[in-house]
Formats: sequence, structure tokens, C-alpha cells
Amino acid sequence: MNAPAMKASLPANTQPVYRFHGGVHPPEMKHLSNAAPIVPAPLPARLVVPLQQSIGNRAKCRVAVGDLVKKGQLLAAADGTVSVAVHAPTSGTVVAIDEQVVAHPSGLAELCVTIETDGFDVWGDRTPLDWRAALANGDGKTIRDYLRDMGVVGLGGAVFPSHLKLGGRDGLETLVINGAECEPFITCDDRLMRERAGEIVAGIAIVAQLLVARQVLVGIEDNKPEAVAAMREALAASDIGNAHVVVVPTLYPSGGAKQLIKLLTNKEVPSGVRSTDLGVQCFNVATVYTIFRALEHAEPVISRIVTLTGNVARAGNVEALIGTPIADLLDFAGNQSDSEGYIYGGPMMGFELPDTQVGLTKAGNCVIARSAAHFPTKAPEMPCIRCGECATACPQELQPMDLYWFSRSKNFGKAQEWNLFDCIECGACAYVCPSSIQLVDYYRFAKSEIWAAESAKKAADLARQRHEFKQFREEREQEEKAARLAARAAPKPEAAAAAVDPDKAAKIKAAMERAAAAKAGAAPANETAAPAVSVDDDKAAKIRAAMEAAAAKKAARAAAEAGGETPATKPAAALDEEKAAKIRAAMEAAKARKAATDGGVTAPAADATEPVAKAAIDPEKAAKIRAAMEAAKAKKEGRALAPSVSDNTPVGEVAGSLANEEVQVDTPSKPALDPEKAAKIRAAMEAAKAKKEGRAPAPAVPTDTPAGAASAALASEVGQVDTQAKPAIDPDKAAKIRAAMEAAKARKAAKEGGEA
Amino acid sequence: MITSPFFVKPTPLQVVMLKVAAALLPAIAVYVHVFGIGILVQLTLATLTALATEAACLKLRKYPVKPFLLDGSAIVTAWLLALSLPPLGAWWMVVLATLIAIAVAKHLYGGLGQNPFNPAMIGFAVMIVSFPAQMSRWAAPLALQSGPLDAGAQLAYIFTGRLPGGIGFDAIASATPLDTVKTVLIQHGGLGDVLQTTLFTSGGLLPSQMGWIALAYLAGGLYLLFSRIIPWQTPLSFIAGLGLMAAAMHLYDPNHYTSPLFHLFGGAAMLGAFFIITDPVSGPTTPRGRLIFGASIGVLTYLIRVFGGYPDGVAFAVIILNIAAPFIDQYTQPAVFGRKAKQNDSSKKGAKP
Repeated sequence: MNAPAMKASLPANTQPVYRFHGGVHPPEMKHLSNAAPIVPAPLPARLVVPLQQSIGNRAKCRVAVGDLVKKGQLLAAADGTVSVAVHAPTSGTVVAIDEQVVAHPSGLAELCVTIETDGFDVWGDRTPLDWRAALANGDGKTIRDYLRDMGVVGLGGAVFPSHLKLGGRDGLETLVINGAECEPFITCDDRLMRERAGEIVAGIAIVAQLLVARQVLVGIEDNKPEAVAAMREALAASDIGNAHVVVVPTLYPSGGAKQLIKLLTNKEVPSGVRSTDLGVQCFNVATVYTIFRALEHAEPVISRIVTLTGNVARAGNVEALIGTPIADLLDFAGNQSDSEGYIYGGPMMGFELPDTQVGLTKAGNCVIARSAAHFPTKAPEMPCIRCGECATACPQELQPMDLYWFSRSKNFGKAQEWNLFDCIECGACAYVCPSSIQLVDYYRFAKSEIWAAESAKKAADLARQRHEFKQFREEREQEEKAARLAARAAPKPEAAAAAVDPDKAAKIKAAMERAAAAKAGAAPANETAAPAVSVDDDKAAKIRAAMEAAAAKKAARAAAEAGGETPATKPAAALDEEKAAKIRAAMEAAKARKAATDGGVTAPAADATEPVAKAAIDPEKAAKIRAAMEAAKAKKEGRALAPSVSDNTPVGEVAGSLANEEVQVDTPSKPALDPEKAAKIRAAMEAAKAKKEGRAPAPAVPTDTPAGAASAALASEVGQVDTQAKPAIDPDKAAKIRAAMEAAKARKAAKEGGEA
Repeated sequence: MITSPFFVKPTPLQVVMLKVAAALLPAIAVYVHVFGIGILVQLTLATLTALATEAACLKLRKYPVKPFLLDGSAIVTAWLLALSLPPLGAWWMVVLATLIAIAVAKHLYGGLGQNPFNPAMIGFAVMIVSFPAQMSRWAAPLALQSGPLDAGAQLAYIFTGRLPGGIGFDAIASATPLDTVKTVLIQHGGLGDVLQTTLFTSGGLLPSQMGWIALAYLAGGLYLLFSRIIPWQTPLSFIAGLGLMAAAMHLYDPNHYTSPLFHLFGGAAMLGAFFIITDPVSGPTTPRGRLIFGASIGVLTYLIRVFGGYPDGVAFAVIILNIAAPFIDQYTQPAVFGRKAKQNDSSKKGAKP
């Protein structure tokens, strides 16, 4: 603990501090290690570098056993967006790439690169980035990618890839720099701020520019007066505008990102919401320091400051290479023989190391040799008496005793209802519990059970979807086969159509929809033109589009087949009731498919269809979408009939009848249709049909039709579609739109006919 | 394997219970001054019974006896019960009451932390329902007895039911202030000048000599309050509920309804406010829930006292509200960090996923 006189000597805050609820004040124990300056840890004989060095994907190994590596050389490259690269912390030879126990509470093995150091510590080639130029060009992505490839992650303990937090959109209200270091024992950030404030501030300047931050607030607990003074001095010397060091009261967990943001900005970041949505972003001081080192010196993150404290002879902070075996660090600090265990991280949120041979990771801010002197044996757990001390201490304002009860009784639904996932596992509840209940363990248990259940459910859903799609596909193949056979046996349209009776059609449609969803989720590549689709709820519209697409393909094929089989003498017969149902299904489907997947032959079509994919849920856009669908329908119709066009003469008649049928079927389902306007619309449709009929034979008799005039008329109609599509919410304009749509439809039919 | 947090604040359960017991000491001292050493006998009997019952129950339930016996919760229950029973009640009364409180109200429901009802109040309620006559046989304060009973006589009466010298208990008996007022109201339809009798006037500033015991409870309770052993919401809302009810009725008809002071410093009001309704196990845990809980018990206590069949209503009010505690908790859950209504649109975003 620092003398109150020192606290008093701090100049008053220029910025307000807003208290958060709860919090505890465990013994600080910082005096053990905060006196001595940071020293470099000796170079170990071996480094065990885990490739999982961020919360995201494990980096992809780029070296082989036997390779000679230089300091800073890439060992493994980032795998995907949420991942960062891993580098050789020193020069040496790769002697093993295998699974080893890592510093993780599970004690599970993880892929590690073991390097036998050569003692020369020779740097490899470094490729600096002209980040100032990139920044001036507004090229933030280059900088972010560079940081990812430099392995920059949050060093406060969460190891969240920093590049993902630097995607500035339209400026940030407040950049919060976390120098609170609220956990007892840990002093690495304290020493870093005291000794390297200038470089931290340079890093802050870079981050502030990248994020276009209007204000920078550096939060430091009042038990670190030297760090406060150093940071204030460095900030004053810098040219960062509107940046302040804010001294916050020493109260665990003020260094939690959410709590510090609350302390400095009075904003509460709910779980599941990114702080940037509230205009705040938070970085640890050590992280901004590494950002500076990476950009200014092209140094990847290959070392970090670690506090070695507890039951050791020479407690203090060392700058150690990533991968250094913890045992080496403990030896360096003078580990005592009566240490009972080793805590990785702080005493409130850290975990007991499964093995001291594990390599240091980027998350490793502290190693505490545990002894009875500092950590007396905890009392046996007693029953909860619901005293509510935990609720008083909880910084997330939860009801820990209820969560405990629900977790214990495996009532996970209720636990979630009581906001279990808002718990940050800070341990304040367990710290104050008079019954010595290890509350956090219960929450961890409940969370992992819930996660396990959810992933099992997801897997089951996926399996079911696959199964349904398989069923659908088999059914479809059978039907197609039956249709073909029937057509060959008796070349009558009824035969082909009979394969799909109305109720079966509905069933198939349902199956198709489900299957399409599965397909869309499993293999978006199948739907070439479809926007990226997933099973996510938010993307319901997109999935729907994809589903309809599948249906459309099938129906289109069926229609084409039917058309192909239809003798020229009986085109109207093809439109008996059964077939109408089938065609209608095809049309509905195609509408959406065209809208969602087809770029369109013409620009207006593309314009009109664009909103469908993302706005299908938006009721306001219903009319707009409908317009687009109708347009697409026309297009599809033309395509579906294309095969028949090739060998049939009365194309216009077929197309016209089709359109007629389809409109009759379609019309009742349109709720927006004003009955008064039915006649008007009908007229418009008839007109369109006429036009279509007139135009369709054009290729057959090219000299008959003034092509130029036709296309001019078309252009104007199409233009109308485009302009009307937006204000289409107005019911008055429904008829007009409809007319325009029909026009477009006709045009498509004509066009397809022409192409054929 | 040891998991975080590796630190634990050194305030174990025993310390909590010890402080509660310590907070009762001033009241016990005043009690002895007013009624004699009989209460000490009762406390001892209750403590011994409680520990024996607790040990037996733990043994039967195959629980480790030592840590649970030493947690102090049984002793607190025993003391609260002894302080609620007549100071010169027969020995078997306090023994039976404690037995019921520990064995039935606590262990049959699952032991420490599991009891839905306040064990001491269950013990008291069983006694007052089963033995109403014995439960209302209170001796007069020593100062009001013509020939005050000495310690030996008190001891003898508790264990043998006979007073030396052949005097009957009626010679020293006196109804409690609450009982007296109730009887007078039933018989005469008004308070009249009953409050001018020595039973009430001997209390000086407070409604009776028993009022001073209540004052000592208040002192002990404030100690618990300021050492953060008990929350402020429950006792304060109870006092407000009972006090405001009494004040309103007293203003309406002072000749029929006694003053708030009389209600707050009569009967088990102060004991209840700080030591009984603050039992965390059987009460709500949310801050708002505690306010509702305390105020409801206060109002209900008043209603039972004034309109019910029993002179005091604390025990029944507590038991009734104990039933409601989980329900109260359910509907008074505080908003968690970042999910408060006052937050702007961002919280709405947060609520969606």
C-alpha cells in the first residue's frame, strides 16, 4: 500500500470519476514487486511457444522441425480474421512442433513450437510499415493487417486481437487507456508506465489517430502515484489533444474494461454490445506500447513484462520472451522451496498453473508463487445463507446467490434469465462470501454446460437439416424420373403434371424450403450469385431467397420439361389446374431467386432487386420488394419457357396464357391490392399481355416490328419501374407499379423469345 | 485444484453469528434488570437444547457435526426464541420450542440456508397456538411485584412450577402491556385511563419497563446495521410500516388506538425489526424486495395486534411474509450493469440478442 501522503500529493483530476456498483478491496500486495525496475529475463535454453496466442483461431504453422529461425521471424501466420501471427522470440533452431501443456486452466495440450535458442539473439529481416503514410491516406486496413501480422493482442489478459478493435468507422468519442491494474500483486503495467511512459503515449497517439478519437482518458488507480505522474508528464509533452490521466479509486475490479469505461465515461456497456457502439474503445497500456513498438520499430510481440512475485526471494518485473518456461522465470526470481503452487495472472482471476514447464504466453502478466503466508487455506464451504454480501460486491449488479442456486441445481435456463452471461468472473462475490463458497466455479460450470448444450443443439440442427435436404433431393429425383418416364410412355401434358398433385406440391415446397436453408447454410458457394448466407436469424431474408432459388430451379426445370413435351397444337392444355399450381410455385420461387441472386439483364432490374436481400424483413419495403419480385418473375417466366420457344411457334400465346394464369392465381394473395383498382390493374395486365403477345413473335418475323420503337417504349416503362419502386409504399401507386411490372415482364418474355 | 479467487475476505459465518449474538447482550442485561435472572435460565436451556438438537440432526443427516455446530446459527435461533417466551415459563416450554425450531423448522427443511421460515418464529408460533394459556403467563416486572422474587424462587418456579411460601403465580403475574391494552379494549371499547396504570407509567419516557428492553434491542440493532451485518432496508421499512400505521390510526382515534411509540417499543417490535426479520435465509435478497418485505411485516403486525386475536403479531406476520419472500424476489430483480432503463438506445440494442 502506498502512503496516503503520496496520494494526497497527486494533482486533482480534471475529469470526473463515476463510481460503479460494488467492488471489493483485497490486500493490494503491490509493494512486493513494484520497487525494482524492469530487468530483462535471462535467455532460456529452450522456448516453448504456443501457437494459440489470441482468443481466436490458432495461428497456422509456417516452420518445420529443423528450421533455423531468426528473432522476429514468422513462426505461424494468422488464420482468419480473429487470429494473429506468432513469431520467433529469439534466434535458434526449431526442435519440435507438437502438442504440449500450455498455460491454461484446463491443463490441456496445445500445438507449440519448441525452439532451442542459439544465444546470439539475432534479428531476422524486419519490414517496417510506413504507417504515417498509410494513416494519411486513410488506409487503416494496411495498418490493421500489419498489426495482425505482428501478433498484437490485448496484453491485459484477454488477448483479444488488437487489429479488430482498431477499425475506426466515423470517429470515436472516447479512447480509454487502461492502466488501472486493479488485481493485487501485479505491477507490470505500473512499472511499464513509470519507465516507458513516452512510448506508451506514442502508442496512444497512434491509436487515437487510427480511431479518430475525440478524447483520450487514461485510467490509473490511486495506488500508483508514480505511474500517474509519469503518464501525466508524458501526455503533457505529447501533442495529443484532449487527453487526460484520470486517477480512479483503488477498488477491485476497476481495471475490468466495463468497469473502467463506467468509471471514466459513466457509460455502461451491456454484455453482448461492443463498447464502440457506445463510442468508447478500451486498450491496455501494455497493448498500446506494443502497437507503438510494432509500427515504429517493426518489432513483433515476442516479449512482455511479467510480474514475478509471492513466495520468491527477488520479487519484481522482468521483460521475458514469449515461450520462456515459467520454471526459468521462477528460478530467476528466487523461488522458495515451500511454494505450494503457482498462480498465472492475478489472485482474483488467475489460475493455478498445471505445470511450471509451460511457456510464457502473451496473456501472462504475472506469476505468483503461492504459499500459506499469502494465501491461507480457505475455510470449507458452508451453505449459502443468502446474506446478499455477494450482491453488494458484484460490479455487474447481478444476484450471485441466485445464480449460485440455479447453477448448483442445474437450472441453467433460469441462470441465463438471471443474466449469468453478464458475469465477468471477477471473483468479488467469492471474495466476500462468509460461507467461503467458490461462487465463480459454479458460474464457470453453468456457462460451460450451457455452451456444451448449445453446440450439441447446433450440431443436431445441422444434421437434421442435412437429412431433410437429402430426403427432399431423393424425392425430387424420383419425381423427375417418374415425370420423364410418364412423359415417354404417354406424351401428354397431364401425365407430366400429374406427377405433382397440389397437396404434394405444398409438401415439396416446404421440404424444399427447409432443404434450401440447410444448403444455404452449409454451402453458400452453391448459390453462386446469392449474397453470403448463413443460418443466422438475422439473415432470414437471405436464406429465404436461397430457398426459393432452389425451388425455382426445380420448378423451372419441370416447367421447361412440360413445355418441351407440350405439343404445339395444345399449348393451352398445359395450363390445367394442377399445372397451374406447380407453375405458381415455380414463379413465387423464381421471383425471389431472381431478385436475390440475379444481377439482372438490365440495370433497373438490378436496382429494383437490390433491397430484397437485406430488406425483406422490413415491412415498409414490402411494396418495393413486391415490385422487384414481379419484375423478376417476368424474367424467369421467359427463361422457363425458353426451351419450348425453340421448337414452338405460338410462343406468344403460351407466354400470354401463362401470364394470365399466373396473375389470376397471384392476385388474391396480394393484400395491398385495393379492390377499386382491380379493374385498372387488370386493364394494365391485359395491355401488357397484348404487348407481349405482339412482341414475342418478333424474332420469327423480324421485319414486322419496329425494333427501335419497341425498345424505346420498353426503356420508358422500365424507367417507370425504377422510379416507382421507391415510393411504392404509397398504396395509390400500386396500380401504376403493377402496370410497370407487367410491362417489364412482357419485355423479358420478348427478350428471351428473341434470344431463343 | 484451487481456483480463483485465491483470496477470501476473512469474515466467516461464525463471525457474523457472533456479532448478532453480541448485539443481543445489552437487551439481555436490561431484561435481567427488569425481570430477574429467569431469562438467563431460559437462554441457557434454549442454548443447550439447540446445540443438542443440532448435533443430533446433523448426525442423523450424516453431516459433519463440528463445523455446523460451531457456525453459531443454532445459538442465535435459541436466543431469539428464549427472548420471545415468558421469562418465568416452565422449563419444558423453552425446550420444546427450541426443539421444534431446530429440528422441524430448520433441519427437516434441509438445514442451514434451506429453511423457508424463520425457525425461531416457527417455534414461537407452535407454542402460542398449542399452549396459549402458559404462553401468556408473564410475571410482572420485579419493580411492580409486592415482594420481588429472588433468583432461587425464579429458578424453582421454572423447574417445578411452584413458588416458595405457597403463594400462587397469580400474585406476581401481570399481563404484558400489549395484552393489557387488548383486554381493556375488548372489555370497555376504549383505552380509558389504562395507560395511567403503573404497568405503563413505570416505564418513564417509554410506554413500559419493557420499552427499555426494546430500546436495548434498538441499540444492538444499530450496531449490526453500522457494522453492515444486516441491511438497512428491512428494519427501516418495518419500523416505518408499523409506525405509520399506528400513527394514522392513533390520529384517527387516540382513545382507541395507542400511539406509534407504544407499538414500536411494545412487544417484539424492536427484536423483530433488527434480529428476526433480518434473518437472511428466510427473507428476500433484493434491495427493493427487502423494503417491501419489511414494510409488509410492519403493517401486518399492526393489523394482527389491533384487529387480530393475538396480543402481538410479529411472529405471524414474519411467517406469512416468509412465504412471500421468493415471490417478492422474483418481481424485484434489480437491473444489471448496462441494462438499466435510463440508458439510451444502446441498452435496447443490448437487450435484443
